Amino acid sequence: MSLTRVAQSLPLEFRLNGRHVALEVKPHETLLEVLRERVGLTGTKLSCDMQVCGACTVLLDGLPVSSCTSLAFEARGKEVLTIEGLSDGRKLHPLQEAFIRCGGFQCGFCTAGMIMAAKALLDEQPNPTVEEIKHFMKGNICRCTGYQMIIESIQEASRLLGQPGKEA
Amino acid sequence: MLSPFFLEEPTTVAEASSLLARHGESAKILAGGTELLLVLKERLATFERLVHIKGIPGLAGISLENGKSELRIGALCTHRALEKDPLIRSRFPLIAEAERQIANVRVRASGTLGGNLCFAEPHADPGTFLLALGARLVLQSARGSRTLGVSDFFVDYFETVLEPDEIMTEIRVPPLSESAGWSYHRYALLERPSVAVCVLLEPDPGGRHIRSGAISLGCVAPTPVRATEAEKKLVGMALSEVGRHALEIGREAAKAGEPLDDLYGSADYKRELVAVFVKRGLVQAAARMEGAKR
Repeated sequence: MSLTRVAQSLPLEFRLNGRHVALEVKPHETLLEVLRERVGLTGTKLSCDMQVCGACTVLLDGLPVSSCTSLAFEARGKEVLTIEGLSDGRKLHPLQEAFIRCGGFQCGFCTAGMIMAAKALLDEQPNPTVEEIKHFMKGNICRCTGYQMIIESIQEASRLLGQPGKEA
Repeated sequence: MLSPFFLEEPTTVAEASSLLARHGESAKILAGGTELLLVLKERLATFERLVHIKGIPGLAGISLENGKSELRIGALCTHRALEKDPLIRSRFPLIAEAERQIANVRVRASGTLGGNLCFAEPHADPGTFLLALGARLVLQSARGSRTLGVSDFFVDYFETVLEPDEIMTEIRVPPLSESAGWSYHRYALLERPSVAVCVLLEPDPGGRHIRSGAISLGCVAPTPVRATEAEKKLVGMALSEVGRHALEIGREAAKAGEPLDDLYGSADYKRELVAVFVKRGLVQAAARMEGAKR
């Protein structure tokens, strides 16, 4: 393999949590690596590294993806939303409020991914049934809570978001 | 961390095919990446070059063709697109329902139908239901194109007839009549199914008997397989009799597989699952046919 090939770098411009980001990436850099190591947003977690656990979930143009198994260059021209982009820094997002209120986490390692997946669900289906929540969240694994309180958190967030004056 | 590779971004199928021909085994197609990137992470294979084909226009459409009856699915359609597509939900509900069950919501948002088929992982879903549906797969290269049935495409575990310079461009599915009965059952511990069974029943003109039935089994052989002996038992059967014979047909169907003892379960367990899923599938498909008559 020649050095020029290894040194290939690609311009990457995308919107990250509403802000324009421009940098150069290697073809093999994952979105997760760029978020955590290049941009410094460490809310998104690396866990299984094989699209099974959901800890690294971010929204790419509104859809939940595993950032551990997404190549960064594919975010070109897209909108990436991470846990850091949910709240404005002063007031928590209703999903965050609901997870706190209902005890939807213990160690918290899966929480960013849980909340981002739940955001995608509620954007698509504002009033999901328990079955719909279970189906959508099936790919997000929590080793602490036993899931019941996560389901309750999402139901609570759905209620909070349904109240006037709350924005998703 | 992934090993470095050089990225190619062709904008036509011919260009992609030429790149693949030129670089041979050192290059691989990158589509959704849900399988390939895992292989690269695990260092099960390394490629000097990945040919990213998502920039090629026209490979992700869903439409009805040939007198509005045959479904054409672009190979780069994601599982999510198939699960949500209104045309597929109304005309090919079997596909929407089966796609909805694949892996998890993130894999469905990224993974493509063509990529799934070309990877030929035996523990996968699409090959199984596309086999029952009689789908045909279109492979293109700079040299031309060819169309194959599902059973002619898969060769062995992780092996297909795809030539190094060929790219799957579309999946064509013959019409599914509204009076047909269908079902798709899978059992999965995590993302990949341990066993999957698809049943498709066509009624005779009177609507009270089965004209023909397809039973396809996934994950119990190197490739998806049809349970042809079990299917024979369905021909001419009254819908009202299906429940009574369903388990016996399930046991017959289980003989068509050659499951292995592995982490997904023992061979005996998988045979038992096949029998039970075929039974449930037949009952559900027959009930759908009864429902369609009313």
